[in-house]
Amino acid sequence: MNTIKENNWLYTISPKKRAINLNFKEIWNYRDLLFLFVKRDVITQYKQTILGPLWYLAQPLFTTVIFTLVFNNIASIDTGDGIPSFLFNLAGITSWNYFSACLSGTSDTFKANQGIFGKVYFPRVITPLSVVVSNLLKFGIQLLVFISFYFYFVYFTDAASLARPVIVILLLPIVILIMALIGLGFGMALSSMTTKYRDLSYLVGFGVQLLMYGSAVMYPLSLIKEKVEHGVLPKLVGSLIEYNPMTITIELFRHMTLGVGEFSLTKFLYALVVSIFIFLLGLILFNKTEKSFIDTV
Amino acid sequence: MSDIILKAKNISKQYRLGLVGTGTISHDLNRWWYKVRGKEDPYLKIGESNDRSTKGSSDYVWALKDINFEVKRGEVLGIIGKNGAGKSTLLKILSKVTGPTTGEIKTKGRIASLLEVGTGFHGEMTGRENIYLNGAILGMTKKEIGSKIDEIIDFSGCQRYIDTPVKRYSSGMTVRLAFAVAAFLEPEILVIDEVLAVGDAEFQKKAIGKMQDISQGEGRTVLFVSHNMAAVRNLCDRCMVLENGKISFVAETEKAIEFYYNSSTNVIKTIDLNDRKRAGDLGKQLKIIKLIVNTNNEEKNTILVTGDKAFFKLVVENISGMEYTNVSFTVSVFNEAGSFLFASRSDCISKVYNINKPIQTFTSYIEKLPLNKGEYTININCSLNDRMLDSVHEAHIFSVQEGDYYGSGKLPAKKRKGVYVDYKWL
Repeated sequence: MNTIKENNWLYTISPKKRAINLNFKEIWNYRDLLFLFVKRDVITQYKQTILGPLWYLAQPLFTTVIFTLVFNNIASIDTGDGIPSFLFNLAGITSWNYFSACLSGTSDTFKANQGIFGKVYFPRVITPLSVVVSNLLKFGIQLLVFISFYFYFVYFTDAASLARPVIVILLLPIVILIMALIGLGFGMALSSMTTKYRDLSYLVGFGVQLLMYGSAVMYPLSLIKEKVEHGVLPKLVGSLIEYNPMTITIELFRHMTLGVGEFSLTKFLYALVVSIFIFLLGLILFNKTEKSFIDTV
Repeated sequence: MSDIILKAKNISKQYRLGLVGTGTISHDLNRWWYKVRGKEDPYLKIGESNDRSTKGSSDYVWALKDINFEVKRGEVLGIIGKNGAGKSTLLKILSKVTGPTTGEIKTKGRIASLLEVGTGFHGEMTGRENIYLNGAILGMTKKEIGSKIDEIIDFSGCQRYIDTPVKRYSSGMTVRLAFAVAAFLEPEILVIDEVLAVGDAEFQKKAIGKMQDISQGEGRTVLFVSHNMAAVRNLCDRCMVLENGKISFVAETEKAIEFYYNSSTNVIKTIDLNDRKRAGDLGKQLKIIKLIVNTNNEEKNTILVTGDKAFFKLVVENISGMEYTNVSFTVSVFNEAGSFLFASRSDCISKVYNINKPIQTFTSYIEKLPLNKGEYTININCSLNDRMLDSVHEAHIFSVQEGDYYGSGKLPAKKRKGVYVDYKWL
């Protein structure tokens, strides 16, 4: 009788590791956990604060004001005719914020959750995914702010005479997906590596900030091209910025919403492919780590 | 009904001592280099067995080594062993928190674990929200939890505070809530690690009752790790004793517990009293040179157990070479605070001895040891017609494990360091 039953094992726990071991059925079974994690993040983030969710608005608004003052009023970066620099910066910051929140939120997954990871099993991928989803809600709120300012500038001032959304705005979900994939991929890779080598966690904080300067958040890409042509900026730096997938997505976002810059299908596809690649890389590292991290963290 | 639901084959787990993780970068690179060339992991070969007290020569240690066992459906398997024997590592592997280094475990059902409750609770959220969150972490769907939420709240006994943030809860209330969630899980195999240590007596009783329901009433399999032998006795059908990362014994609960008590290797074999300091002329004529404390009247020390037999064997050397009659011995027992508890004095029960050999052994026997779990000190002395011939102060400190004094699985006033007496209620 035993020999017949021998084949009926439902689950196996073994040391063997496959590079990508995504059990979609299992993740689907735990979908409620994903939503509850998102709910937890949203509920608890601004508990015991007076302004509460208004903080979601305060941070991008103040940053935008400062950027406008420093980069446009003092350093006089030209954001293009008929586009108020405030709106230009707000678009950049809103999209950049989503990426950076995804990246820094997932980059300490293992370390921040070691207590719970050390006690119970659930598909670990749920945790970084929940960060991405809950940040999506914040991004939605910030997007609403952006839209309100957009309408304000368009209908109540003549500063935004040329700001018009372009038809490619239909691709917006994909642009958001690209940002999420890059943030998630890097975040998962970093969180896997920091379990063993803590050095990387120091890198994340200022690394994200440095990356922002190389991602065309507060200046248009056309400015970089112009500077390279005039020989003010080394060519290498110019192309690094140009082919940074985040530059492409932010430029795309601004193009879609404000009509600045131009749309290039090749660049769009390039960014999409790179983001999928980064995501897979992060996923492989994450999978490799999740089985043994509790011994190394 | 008696089919095997879980089968572990050659489970081993290796850890590196001292440093974090499984190795430094150089070891990682070396390991990778071996792997690239298709060779076996070079660090898997070395490594010693997991013995906490001896200092090993290797940096690698096997927390678990070649663990093989099977669990039947509906069975409650207890896992007992000393600190560091590998119990928790085994449970961690079973609950998929960490992977084994070698070997595999096959199961015919979902495993859910309840390792130290309260992890995953978020202090800022209310009890109700935490039930949902914790339930989902343990693998329940929102719908499942929703259908049981009233039962869960009821079982936890926290109705009044259920909409208050958990950070305002007492630790006991948190445990109640967490256990309540886990108790309503419906996995085929439930893994439980030392959860009953917290919580008051009423709740512990409730929890044990619930676990009995789970295993007997609902036919689910439970793996239970505990140092609380009373709970193990109550719950488990069979026990596995782990020692230094290996299975040293598997049998029905009673036998396994007995084996566990007797095998505790931190018990020294005998107590040498030959070189102890004595006041004045004591020990010049008759000298108690050795003491053996055990439960089986053999020549080796064991740990004593509440309500079990206890033997105190005194080995006496006749230094003067003369013959003595009317010699009596006393064993006095003191608690951790140094208060005297009782003495076993031979002449009080009209037992006196003649000494006519160079070395003789005298044994004091207590049929049911009335001592609670803890550490006790004994003084021993030997006297001739009320004249003290030898006395050893604090001859030995022995420990007592919790046992079943009244044969009912219950002990009165467990937390207080008293003694048990036989009594009746009319």
